Amino acid sequence: MLELKNICYEVETEKGKKEILKNVNLKIDEHFVAITGPNGGGKSTLAKMIAGIIQPTSGQILLDGEDITNLGITERANKGISFAFQQPVHFKGLTVKDLISIAAGKKMSVTDVCDILSEVGLCARNYVNREINNSLSGGELKRIEIAMILARSTKLSIFDEPEAGIDLWSFTSLIKVFEKMRDDINGTILIISHQEKILEIADKIVVIAAGEIENEGKKEDILPSLLYKTTSCQNLTDKQ
Amino acid sequence: MDLIQKNLLEQIADLHEVPEGAYNIRANGESAGSNTTANIDIVKKEDKDGIDIIIKAGTKNESVHIPVLLSQSGIQEMVYNDFYIGENADVTIVAGCGIHNGGANDSKHDGIHTFYIGKNAKVKYVERHYGSGDGNGERIMNPETVIHLEEGAVLEMETTQIKGIDSTNRITRGDLAAGATLEVREKLMTHGKQYARTDFSVDLNGDGCSANIISRSVAKDESRQEFFSNINGNSVCSGHSECDAIIMDKAVVAASPQLTAANIDASLIHEAAIGKIAGEQLIKLMTLGLTEAEAEEQIINGFLK
Repeated sequence: MLELKNICYEVETEKGKKEILKNVNLKIDEHFVAITGPNGGGKSTLAKMIAGIIQPTSGQILLDGEDITNLGITERANKGISFAFQQPVHFKGLTVKDLISIAAGKKMSVTDVCDILSEVGLCARNYVNREINNSLSGGELKRIEIAMILARSTKLSIFDEPEAGIDLWSFTSLIKVFEKMRDDINGTILIISHQEKILEIADKIVVIAAGEIENEGKKEDILPSLLYKTTSCQNLTDKQ
Repeated sequence: MDLIQKNLLEQIADLHEVPEGAYNIRANGESAGSNTTANIDIVKKEDKDGIDIIIKAGTKNESVHIPVLLSQSGIQEMVYNDFYIGENADVTIVAGCGIHNGGANDSKHDGIHTFYIGKNAKVKYVERHYGSGDGNGERIMNPETVIHLEEGAVLEMETTQIKGIDSTNRITRGDLAAGATLEVREKLMTHGKQYARTDFSVDLNGDGCSANIISRSVAKDESRQEFFSNINGNSVCSGHSECDAIIMDKAVVAASPQLTAANIDASLIHEAAIGKIAGEQLIKLMTLGLTEAEAEEQIINGFLK
Protein backbone atom coordinates (compact mmCIF):
# COMPACT_ATOMS: atom_id res chain seq x y z
CA MET A 1 0.00 0.00 0.00
CA LEU A 2 2.59 2.55 1.14
CA GLU A 3 6.21 1.97 0.35
CA LEU A 4 9.26 4.05 1.23
CA LYS A 5 12.38 3.31 -0.80
CA ASN A 6 15.85 4.47 0.22
CA ILE A 7 14.54 7.61 1.89
CA CYS A 8 17.26 10.05 2.96
CA TYR A 9 16.75 13.49 4.44
CA GLU A 10 19.53 15.92 5.20
CA VAL A 11 19.40 19.41 6.65
CA GLU A 12 22.02 22.12 6.82
CA THR A 13 23.05 23.08 10.34
CA GLU A 14 25.76 25.35 11.71
CA LYS A 15 27.95 22.32 12.12
CA GLY A 16 27.41 21.21 8.53
CA LYS A 17 25.06 18.62 7.10
CA LYS A 18 22.98 16.51 9.42
CA GLU A 19 21.24 13.32 8.38
CA ILE A 20 17.74 13.12 9.83
CA LEU A 21 16.70 10.02 7.91
CA LYS A 22 19.24 7.52 6.64
CA ASN A 23 18.22 5.20 3.87
CA VAL A 24 14.84 4.25 5.26
CA ASN A 25 13.08 1.34 3.56
CA LEU A 26 9.62 0.49 4.77
CA LYS A 27 6.50 -1.29 3.49
CA ILE A 28 3.17 -0.72 5.13
CA ASP A 29 0.36 -3.07 4.19
CA GLU A 30 -1.10 -3.74 7.63
CA HIS A 31 -4.27 -2.17 8.98
CA PHE A 32 -2.88 -0.50 12.10
CA VAL A 33 0.81 0.35 12.23
CA ALA A 34 2.57 2.16 15.07
CA ILE A 35 5.89 3.95 14.68
CA THR A 36 7.79 4.48 17.89
CA GLY A 37 11.30 5.30 19.09
CA PRO A 38 13.21 7.97 20.99
CA ASN A 39 12.57 11.68 20.53
CA GLY A 40 14.57 13.23 17.72
CA GLY A 41 14.82 9.90 15.93
CA GLY A 42 13.05 11.08 12.75
CA LYS A 43 9.50 9.79 13.27
CA SER A 44 7.66 13.06 12.74
CA THR A 45 9.92 13.92 9.81
CA LEU A 46 8.93 10.66 8.19
CA ALA A 47 5.21 11.32 8.77
CA LYS A 48 5.46 14.83 7.31
CA MET A 49 7.34 13.40 4.35
CA ILE A 50 4.53 10.94 3.61
CA ALA A 51 2.01 13.82 3.73
CA GLY A 52 4.18 15.89 1.37
CA ILE A 53 5.04 18.64 3.86
CA ILE A 54 8.75 17.74 3.69
CA GLN A 55 10.52 16.59 0.53
CA PRO A 56 13.12 13.84 0.88
CA THR A 57 16.70 14.60 -0.18
CA SER A 58 16.64 11.31 -2.07
CA GLY A 59 14.48 8.21 -2.30
CA GLN A 60 10.98 7.34 -3.42
CA ILE A 61 7.52 7.21 -1.89
CA LEU A 62 4.97 4.89 -3.50
CA LEU A 63 1.27 4.80 -2.77
CA ASP A 64 -0.45 1.72 -4.21
CA GLY A 65 2.50 1.38 -6.54
CA GLU A 66 2.29 4.96 -7.84
CA ASP A 67 5.30 7.20 -7.31
CA ILE A 68 4.04 10.21 -5.33
CA THR A 69 7.47 11.58 -4.36
CA ASN A 70 7.08 14.72 -6.44
CA LEU A 71 3.43 15.43 -5.63
CA GLY A 72 2.51 18.35 -3.37
CA ILE A 73 0.49 18.28 -0.15
CA THR A 74 -2.88 18.92 -1.84
CA GLU A 75 -2.36 16.27 -4.51
CA ARG A 76 -1.39 13.67 -1.93
CA ALA A 77 -4.39 14.61 0.21
CA ASN A 78 -6.60 14.06 -2.81
CA LYS A 79 -4.96 10.71 -3.47
CA GLY A 80 -6.08 9.53 -0.04
CA ILE A 81 -3.51 10.59 2.56
CA SER A 82 -4.69 12.29 5.75
CA PHE A 83 -2.42 13.74 8.39
CA ALA A 84 -3.29 14.70 11.97
CA PHE A 85 -0.80 17.20 13.35
CA GLN A 86 0.98 16.72 16.64
CA GLN A 87 0.20 20.36 17.47
CA PRO A 88 -3.27 21.26 16.17
CA VAL A 89 -3.34 24.58 14.33
CA HIS A 90 -5.45 27.49 15.57
CA PHE A 91 -7.71 29.41 13.19
CA LYS A 92 -9.26 32.76 14.00
CA GLY A 93 -12.85 32.78 12.83
CA LEU A 94 -13.02 29.24 11.41
CA THR A 95 -15.34 27.02 13.42
CA VAL A 96 -15.32 23.31 14.15
CA LYS A 97 -18.12 22.94 11.60
CA ASP A 98 -16.13 24.84 8.96
CA LEU A 99 -13.09 22.62 9.34
CA ILE A 100 -15.02 19.36 9.49
CA SER A 101 -16.87 20.44 6.32
CA ILE A 102 -13.61 21.30 4.55
CA ALA A 103 -12.21 17.92 5.63
CA ALA A 104 -15.27 16.07 4.37
CA GLY A 105 -15.09 18.02 1.10
CA LYS A 106 -18.80 18.80 1.16
CA LYS A 107 -21.34 20.95 2.91
CA MET A 108 -22.15 19.30 6.24
CA SER A 109 -25.32 19.67 8.22
CA VAL A 110 -25.12 20.16 11.97
CA THR A 111 -26.25 16.55 12.39
CA ASP A 112 -23.44 15.28 10.12
CA VAL A 113 -20.85 17.23 12.11
CA CYS A 114 -22.35 16.04 15.39
CA ASP A 115 -22.11 12.41 14.30
CA ILE A 116 -18.39 12.77 13.63
CA LEU A 117 -17.72 14.69 16.85
CA SER A 118 -19.51 12.01 18.84
CA GLU A 119 -17.10 9.47 17.37
CA VAL A 120 -14.22 11.25 19.08
CA GLY A 121 -16.10 11.62 22.33
CA LEU A 122 -17.10 15.28 22.11
CA CYS A 123 -20.57 16.32 23.17
CA ALA A 124 -21.23 17.64 19.74
CA ARG A 125 -23.77 20.45 20.01
CA ASN A 126 -21.51 22.41 22.34
CA TYR A 127 -18.72 22.41 19.81
CA VAL A 128 -20.17 22.83 16.33
CA ASN A 129 -19.89 26.61 16.26
CA ARG A 130 -16.82 27.02 18.42
CA GLU A 131 -13.80 28.71 16.88
CA ILE A 132 -10.66 26.63 16.50
CA ASN A 133 -8.57 28.69 18.91
CA ASN A 134 -7.11 28.58 22.39
CA SER A 135 -10.54 28.79 24.00
CA LEU A 136 -10.52 25.03 23.40
CA SER A 137 -8.35 22.82 25.58
CA GLY A 138 -5.45 20.76 24.23
CA GLY A 139 -7.51 17.59 24.53
CA GLU A 140 -10.46 19.13 22.69
CA LEU A 141 -8.24 20.38 19.87
CA LYS A 142 -6.69 16.93 19.53
CA ARG A 143 -10.08 15.31 19.26
CA ILE A 144 -11.18 17.82 16.62
CA GLU A 145 -7.94 17.13 14.76
CA ILE A 146 -8.81 13.42 14.82
CA ALA A 147 -12.42 14.16 13.83
CA MET A 148 -11.15 15.88 10.67
CA ILE A 149 -9.32 12.68 9.71
CA LEU A 150 -12.47 10.65 10.32
CA ALA A 151 -14.47 13.08 8.18
CA ARG A 152 -12.02 12.54 5.32
CA SER A 153 -12.06 8.77 5.74
CA THR A 154 -9.18 8.20 3.31
CA LYS A 155 -7.20 5.05 2.63
CA LEU A 156 -4.20 6.20 4.68
CA SER A 157 -4.57 8.12 7.95
CA ILE A 158 -1.43 9.33 9.71
CA PHE A 159 -1.46 10.50 13.33
CA ASP A 160 1.57 12.22 14.80
CA GLU A 161 1.66 11.58 18.54
CA PRO A 162 -2.05 11.99 19.27
CA GLU A 163 -1.26 11.63 22.97
CA ALA A 164 1.14 14.60 23.07
CA GLY A 165 0.00 17.51 25.20
CA ILE A 166 -3.10 15.95 26.69
CA ASP A 167 -3.82 14.85 30.22
CA LEU A 168 -4.05 11.27 31.38
CA TRP A 169 -7.81 11.47 31.75
CA SER A 170 -8.32 12.53 28.13
CA PHE A 171 -5.74 9.99 27.01
CA THR A 172 -7.66 7.04 28.42
CA SER A 173 -10.73 7.96 26.42
CA LEU A 174 -8.59 8.72 23.39
CA ILE A 175 -7.38 5.13 23.35
CA LYS A 176 -11.00 4.05 23.00
CA VAL A 177 -11.34 6.33 19.99
CA PHE A 178 -8.39 4.62 18.34
CA GLU A 179 -9.65 1.16 19.22
CA LYS A 180 -12.95 2.03 17.60
CA MET A 181 -11.22 3.51 14.60
CA ARG A 182 -9.16 0.35 14.19
CA ASP A 183 -12.36 -1.65 14.05
CA ASP A 184 -14.31 0.78 11.81
CA ILE A 185 -11.87 2.27 9.31
CA ASN A 186 -11.21 0.36 6.14
CA GLY A 187 -7.88 1.92 5.22
CA THR A 188 -4.51 1.92 6.90
CA ILE A 189 -3.82 3.78 10.13
CA LEU A 190 -0.25 4.89 10.72
CA ILE A 191 0.29 6.27 14.17
CA ILE A 192 3.37 7.72 15.79
CA SER A 193 3.27 7.11 19.49
CA HIS A 194 5.26 6.52 22.65
CA GLN A 195 2.32 5.05 24.48
CA GLU A 196 2.29 1.39 25.36
CA LYS A 197 -1.50 1.35 25.20
CA ILE A 198 -1.44 2.45 21.58
CA LEU A 199 1.39 0.08 20.67
CA GLU A 200 -0.68 -2.71 22.20
CA ILE A 201 -3.48 -2.28 19.68
CA ALA A 202 -1.14 -2.15 16.65
CA ASP A 203 -0.77 -4.97 14.16
CA LYS A 204 2.78 -3.93 13.38
CA ILE A 205 5.36 -1.83 15.23
CA VAL A 206 8.23 0.04 13.59
CA VAL A 207 11.04 1.37 15.76
CA ILE A 208 12.92 4.36 14.42
CA ALA A 209 16.05 5.63 16.16
CA ALA A 210 18.77 7.99 14.96
CA GLY A 211 17.15 8.24 11.53
CA GLU A 212 17.14 4.52 10.88
CA ILE A 213 14.72 1.66 11.22
CA GLU A 214 16.05 -0.16 14.23
CA ASN A 215 13.43 -2.85 14.29
CA GLU A 216 10.08 -3.74 12.75
CA GLY A 217 7.68 -6.59 13.01
CA LYS A 218 4.55 -7.93 14.63
CA LYS A 219 3.48 -6.37 17.90
CA GLU A 220 4.06 -9.65 19.73
CA ASP A 221 7.68 -9.71 18.62
CA ILE A 222 8.60 -6.06 19.10
CA LEU A 223 6.68 -4.88 22.15
CA PRO A 224 8.41 -7.07 24.79
CA SER A 225 11.87 -5.91 23.74
CA LEU A 226 10.77 -2.26 23.84
CA LEU A 227 9.34 -2.53 27.31
CA TYR A 228 12.46 -4.20 28.61
CA LYS A 229 14.66 -1.51 27.09
CA THR A 230 13.17 1.48 28.89
CA THR A 231 15.47 3.17 31.37
CA SER A 232 13.12 2.94 34.30
CA CYS A 233 12.88 -0.81 33.94
CA GLN A 234 16.63 -1.12 33.75
CA ASN A 235 17.06 0.94 36.89
CA LEU A 236 14.61 -1.25 38.71
CA THR A 237 16.42 -4.32 37.49
CA ASP A 238 19.74 -2.91 38.65
CA LYS A 239 18.42 -2.22 42.13
CA GLN A 240 17.04 -5.69 42.45
CA MET B 1 -34.26 51.41 -9.25
CA ASP B 2 -32.03 49.96 -11.99
CA LEU B 3 -30.09 46.69 -11.82
CA ILE B 4 -26.84 48.30 -10.71
CA GLN B 5 -28.60 50.04 -7.85
CA LYS B 6 -30.40 46.83 -6.89
CA ASN B 7 -27.09 44.99 -6.78
CA LEU B 8 -25.55 47.70 -4.59
CA LEU B 9 -28.57 47.52 -2.28
CA GLU B 10 -28.18 43.78 -1.96
CA GLN B 11 -24.48 44.08 -1.19
CA ILE B 12 -24.80 46.70 1.52
CA ALA B 13 -28.10 45.76 3.14
CA ASP B 14 -29.02 42.22 2.01
CA LEU B 15 -32.12 43.79 0.51
CA HIS B 16 -33.74 42.61 -2.69
CA GLU B 17 -36.66 45.00 -2.55
CA VAL B 18 -37.66 47.90 -0.34
CA PRO B 19 -37.33 46.89 3.30
CA GLU B 20 -40.06 46.50 5.87
CA GLY B 21 -40.53 49.18 8.49
CA ALA B 22 -38.97 52.60 8.31
CA TYR B 23 -36.54 53.38 5.53
CA ASN B 24 -35.01 56.05 3.41
CA ILE B 25 -33.17 55.11 0.25
CA ARG B 26 -30.90 57.73 -1.22
CA ALA B 27 -29.80 57.15 -4.80
CA ASN B 28 -27.50 59.54 -6.70
CA GLY B 29 -28.24 62.35 -4.29
CA GLU B 30 -32.03 62.04 -4.51
CA SER B 31 -34.55 60.22 -2.34
CA ALA B 32 -35.56 56.94 -4.00
CA GLY B 33 -38.23 56.05 -1.49
CA SER B 34 -39.00 56.62 2.15
CA ASN B 35 -41.33 55.21 4.76
CA THR B 36 -42.04 56.05 8.37
CA THR B 37 -43.86 54.14 11.07
CA ALA B 38 -45.91 55.15 14.10
CA ASN B 39 -42.75 55.13 16.21
CA ILE B 40 -40.06 56.11 13.74
CA ASP B 41 -40.07 59.40 11.91
CA ILE B 42 -37.72 60.45 9.14
CA VAL B 43 -37.46 64.17 8.43
CA LYS B 44 -35.47 65.80 5.65
CA LYS B 45 -33.08 68.47 6.87
CA GLU B 46 -33.84 72.04 5.78
CA ASP B 47 -30.42 73.62 6.21
CA LYS B 48 -28.20 70.92 4.69
CA ASP B 49 -28.23 67.59 2.93
CA GLY B 50 -29.42 64.74 5.13
CA ILE B 51 -32.17 63.48 7.38
CA ASP B 52 -33.17 63.29 11.02
CA ILE B 53 -34.30 59.90 12.24
CA ILE B 54 -36.43 60.22 15.33
CA ILE B 55 -37.29 57.10 17.28
CA LYS B 56 -39.86 57.34 20.07
CA ALA B 57 -39.02 56.28 23.61
CA GLY B 58 -39.86 52.65 24.29
CA THR B 59 -39.91 51.57 20.61
CA LYS B 60 -39.10 47.85 20.53
CA ASN B 61 -38.04 45.46 17.81
CA GLU B 62 -38.26 47.92 14.94
CA SER B 63 -35.69 48.63 12.28
CA VAL B 64 -34.63 51.52 10.08
CA HIS B 65 -32.81 51.10 6.78
CA ILE B 66 -31.05 54.11 5.28
CA PRO B 67 -28.90 52.87 2.39
CA VAL B 68 -27.06 55.27 0.10
CA LEU B 69 -26.42 54.33 -3.53
CA LEU B 70 -24.16 56.08 -6.03
CA SER B 71 -24.24 54.73 -9.54
CA GLN B 72 -23.48 57.82 -11.64
CA SER B 73 -19.78 58.42 -12.11
CA GLY B 74 -18.56 61.73 -10.72
CA ILE B 75 -21.13 62.31 -8.00
CA GLN B 76 -19.72 63.92 -4.87
CA GLU B 77 -21.82 64.48 -1.79
CA MET B 78 -21.70 65.31 1.88
CA VAL B 79 -24.61 64.05 3.97
CA TYR B 80 -25.56 64.65 7.58
CA ASN B 81 -27.82 62.09 9.25
CA ASP B 82 -28.81 62.52 12.88
CA PHE B 83 -30.41 59.77 14.96
CA TYR B 84 -32.45 60.63 18.03
CA ILE B 85 -33.24 57.47 19.96
CA GLY B 86 -35.68 57.73 22.84
CA GLU B 87 -35.22 56.17 26.26
CA ASN B 88 -35.61 52.40 26.58
CA ALA B 89 -35.97 51.88 22.84
CA ASP B 90 -34.51 48.71 21.31
CA VAL B 91 -33.96 49.06 17.57
CA THR B 92 -31.78 48.04 14.65
CA ILE B 93 -30.41 50.59 12.22
CA VAL B 94 -28.94 49.47 8.92
CA ALA B 95 -26.95 52.05 7.02
CA GLY B 96 -24.28 51.67 4.39
CA CYS B 97 -23.17 52.98 1.07
CA GLY B 98 -22.59 51.35 -2.28
CA ILE B 99 -20.75 53.11 -5.06
CA HIS B 100 -20.71 51.84 -8.62
CA ASN B 101 -18.31 53.84 -10.71
CA GLY B 102 -18.13 52.86 -14.34
CA GLY B 103 -16.78 56.20 -15.50
CA ALA B 104 -13.65 58.33 -15.45
CA ASN B 105 -14.64 60.76 -12.70
CA ASP B 106 -14.20 60.21 -8.98
CA SER B 107 -17.36 59.33 -7.03
CA LYS B 108 -17.36 60.33 -3.41
CA HIS B 109 -19.72 59.95 -0.48
CA ASP B 110 -18.93 61.66 2.80
CA GLY B 111 -21.36 61.15 5.61
CA ILE B 112 -21.59 62.13 9.24
CA HIS B 113 -23.91 60.01 11.34
CA THR B 114 -24.58 61.36 14.79
CA PHE B 115 -26.34 59.24 17.38
CA TYR B 116 -28.08 60.65 20.43
CA ILE B 117 -29.01 57.53 22.36
CA GLY B 118 -31.32 58.02 25.32
CA LYS B 119 -31.17 56.39 28.74
CA ASN B 120 -31.19 52.58 28.71
CA ALA B 121 -31.90 52.48 24.98
CA LYS B 122 -30.30 49.72 22.95
CA VAL B 123 -29.25 50.14 19.34
CA LYS B 124 -27.73 47.75 16.90
CA TYR B 125 -26.10 49.69 14.10
CA VAL B 126 -24.95 47.90 10.96
CA GLU B 127 -22.98 49.73 8.32
CA ARG B 128 -21.53 48.24 5.15
CA HIS B 129 -19.48 49.89 2.45
CA TYR B 130 -19.02 48.45 -0.98
CA GLY B 131 -17.76 49.51 -4.35
CA SER B 132 -18.04 48.10 -7.87
CA GLY B 133 -17.52 49.15 -11.47
CA ASP B 134 -14.43 49.19 -13.64
CA GLY B 135 -14.16 52.88 -14.49
CA ASN B 136 -10.93 54.78 -13.88
CA GLY B 137 -12.70 57.15 -11.49
CA GLU B 138 -12.01 56.44 -7.86
CA ARG B 139 -14.64 55.30 -5.37
CA ILE B 140 -14.13 57.31 -2.23
CA MET B 141 -16.01 57.07 1.05
CA ASN B 142 -15.42 58.94 4.26
CA PRO B 143 -17.87 57.90 6.94
CA GLU B 144 -17.85 59.62 10.30
CA THR B 145 -19.83 58.25 13.21
CA VAL B 146 -20.39 60.28 16.34
CA ILE B 147 -22.00 58.49 19.26
CA HIS B 148 -23.43 60.04 22.42
CA LEU B 149 -24.56 57.41 24.89
CA GLU B 150 -26.63 58.46 27.87
CA GLU B 151 -26.79 56.52 31.12
CA GLY B 152 -27.20 52.80 30.61
CA ALA B 153 -27.47 53.11 26.83
CA VAL B 154 -25.98 50.43 24.58
CA LEU B 155 -24.71 50.67 21.00
CA GLU B 156 -23.45 47.67 19.09
CA MET B 157 -21.87 48.75 15.85
CA GLU B 158 -20.83 46.46 13.02
CA THR B 159 -18.95 48.20 10.29
CA THR B 160 -17.72 46.40 7.23
CA GLN B 161 -15.81 47.38 4.12
CA ILE B 162 -14.82 44.33 2.14
CA LYS B 163 -14.49 45.36 -1.44
CA GLY B 164 -14.13 48.08 -3.96
CA ILE B 165 -13.48 51.27 -2.00
CA ASP B 166 -10.33 52.99 -3.24
CA SER B 167 -9.91 55.44 -0.45
CA THR B 168 -11.57 55.76 2.91
CA ASN B 169 -11.11 57.69 6.12
CA ARG B 170 -13.33 56.12 8.74
CA ILE B 171 -13.76 58.18 11.86
CA THR B 172 -15.64 57.08 14.96
CA ARG B 173 -16.08 59.25 18.04
CA GLY B 174 -17.93 58.30 21.19
CA ASP B 175 -18.72 59.57 24.65
CA LEU B 176 -20.29 57.41 27.30
CA ALA B 177 -22.25 58.31 30.42
CA ALA B 178 -22.52 56.08 33.50
CA GLY B 179 -23.28 52.44 32.80
CA ALA B 180 -23.29 52.89 29.01
CA THR B 181 -21.80 50.25 26.71
CA LEU B 182 -20.19 50.62 23.29
CA GLU B 183 -19.27 47.56 21.24
CA VAL B 184 -17.64 48.08 17.85
CA ARG B 185 -16.69 45.37 15.39
CA GLU B 186 -14.90 46.52 12.30
CA LYS B 187 -14.09 44.31 9.32
CA LEU B 188 -11.93 45.70 6.59
CA MET B 189 -10.30 44.36 3.46
CA THR B 190 -8.25 46.36 1.01
CA HIS B 191 -6.72 45.28 -2.27
CA GLY B 192 -5.02 46.77 -5.33
CA LYS B 193 -3.71 50.21 -4.45
CA GLN B 194 -6.49 51.04 -1.98
CA TYR B 195 -6.01 53.08 1.14
CA ALA B 196 -8.02 52.81 4.34
CA ARG B 197 -7.61 54.83 7.47
CA THR B 198 -9.63 54.02 10.52
CA ASP B 199 -9.67 56.21 13.59
CA PHE B 200 -11.52 55.56 16.85
CA SER B 201 -11.62 57.87 19.81
CA VAL B 202 -13.82 57.13 22.80
CA ASP B 203 -14.28 59.04 26.07
CA LEU B 204 -15.38 56.87 28.97
CA ASN B 205 -16.87 59.55 31.17
CA GLY B 206 -19.41 57.89 33.46
CA ASP B 207 -18.73 55.34 36.17
CA GLY B 208 -19.38 51.76 35.13
CA CYS B 209 -19.31 52.41 31.39
CA SER B 210 -17.37 50.24 28.99
CA ALA B 211 -16.11 50.20 25.43
CA ASN B 212 -14.89 47.28 23.38
CA ILE B 213 -13.45 47.99 19.93
CA ILE B 214 -12.42 45.09 17.76
CA SER B 215 -10.96 45.59 14.32
CA ARG B 216 -10.01 42.78 11.99
CA SER B 217 -8.48 43.58 8.66
CA VAL B 218 -6.83 42.03 5.64
CA ALA B 219 -4.49 44.07 3.44
CA LYS B 220 -3.72 42.56 0.04
CA ASP B 221 -1.63 43.57 -2.99
CA GLU B 222 -0.14 47.05 -2.61
CA SER B 223 -2.89 48.43 -0.40
CA ARG B 224 -2.24 50.49 2.72
CA GLN B 225 -4.08 50.59 6.02
CA GLU B 226 -3.69 52.75 9.09
CA PHE B 227 -5.39 52.05 12.38
CA PHE B 228 -5.68 54.59 15.16
CA SER B 229 -7.53 54.13 18.40
CA ASN B 230 -7.67 56.22 21.50
CA ILE B 231 -9.57 55.28 24.61
CA ASN B 232 -9.78 57.85 27.37
CA GLY B 233 -10.73 56.42 30.75
CA ASN B 234 -12.05 59.33 32.78
CA SER B 235 -14.04 57.33 35.31
CA VAL B 236 -14.40 53.91 36.92
CA CYS B 237 -14.64 52.21 33.56
CA SER B 238 -13.27 49.50 31.35
CA GLY B 239 -11.99 49.88 27.83
CA HIS B 240 -10.57 47.31 25.45
CA SER B 241 -9.37 47.70 21.90
CA GLU B 242 -7.97 45.07 19.63
CA CYS B 243 -6.66 45.36 16.12
CA ASP B 244 -5.68 42.26 14.29
CA ALA B 245 -4.43 42.46 10.73
CA ILE B 246 -3.41 39.92 8.12
CA ILE B 247 -0.88 41.34 5.73
CA MET B 248 -0.30 39.89 2.25
CA ASP B 249 1.75 40.59 -0.83
CA LYS B 250 3.26 44.10 -0.70
CA ALA B 251 0.66 45.69 1.57
CA VAL B 252 1.50 48.03 4.42
CA VAL B 253 -0.36 48.13 7.74
CA ALA B 254 0.27 50.53 10.60
CA ALA B 255 -1.40 50.32 13.99
CA SER B 256 -1.26 53.17 16.50
CA PRO B 257 -3.22 52.34 19.59
CA GLN B 258 -3.40 54.77 22.46
CA LEU B 259 -4.82 54.52 25.95
CA THR B 260 -5.18 57.37 28.40
CA ALA B 261 -6.28 56.72 31.97
CA ALA B 262 -7.31 59.75 33.99
CA ASN B 263 -8.90 57.81 36.82
CA ILE B 264 -7.17 55.35 39.10
CA ASP B 265 -10.00 52.86 38.58
CA ALA B 266 -9.98 53.01 34.80
CA SER B 267 -9.03 49.63 33.39
CA LEU B 268 -7.79 49.89 29.81
CA ILE B 269 -6.32 47.23 27.54
CA HIS B 270 -5.07 47.28 24.02
CA GLU B 271 -4.05 44.35 21.85
CA ALA B 272 -2.51 44.69 18.42
CA ALA B 273 -1.21 42.08 16.02
CA ILE B 274 -0.09 42.30 12.40
CA GLY B 275 1.20 39.29 10.53
CA LYS B 276 0.95 37.15 7.46
CA ILE B 277 -1.18 34.01 7.28
CA ALA B 278 0.60 31.37 9.32
CA GLY B 279 2.26 28.74 7.13
CA GLU B 280 0.94 25.95 9.31
CA GLN B 281 -2.65 27.14 8.72
CA LEU B 282 -2.14 26.84 4.96
CA ILE B 283 -0.47 23.43 5.33
CA LYS B 284 -3.27 22.12 7.56
CA LEU B 285 -5.94 23.06 5.04
CA MET B 286 -3.87 21.68 2.17
CA THR B 287 -3.65 18.32 3.96
CA LEU B 288 -7.46 18.41 3.90
CA GLY B 289 -7.34 18.64 0.10
CA LEU B 290 -7.50 22.39 -0.59
CA THR B 291 -5.08 24.12 -2.94
CA GLU B 292 -2.95 26.87 -1.48
CA ALA B 293 -5.19 29.55 -3.01
CA GLU B 294 -8.35 27.88 -1.68
CA ALA B 295 -6.77 27.56 1.75
CA GLU B 296 -5.90 31.26 1.74
CA GLU B 297 -9.46 32.16 0.79
CA GLN B 298 -10.93 30.03 3.59
CA ILE B 299 -8.60 31.56 6.17
CA ILE B 300 -9.46 35.12 5.12
CA ASN B 301 -13.19 34.44 4.96
CA GLY B 302 -13.10 32.94 8.43
CA PHE B 303 -11.03 35.79 9.80
CA LEU B 304 -13.45 38.42 8.48
CA LYS B 305 -16.61 36.46 9.20
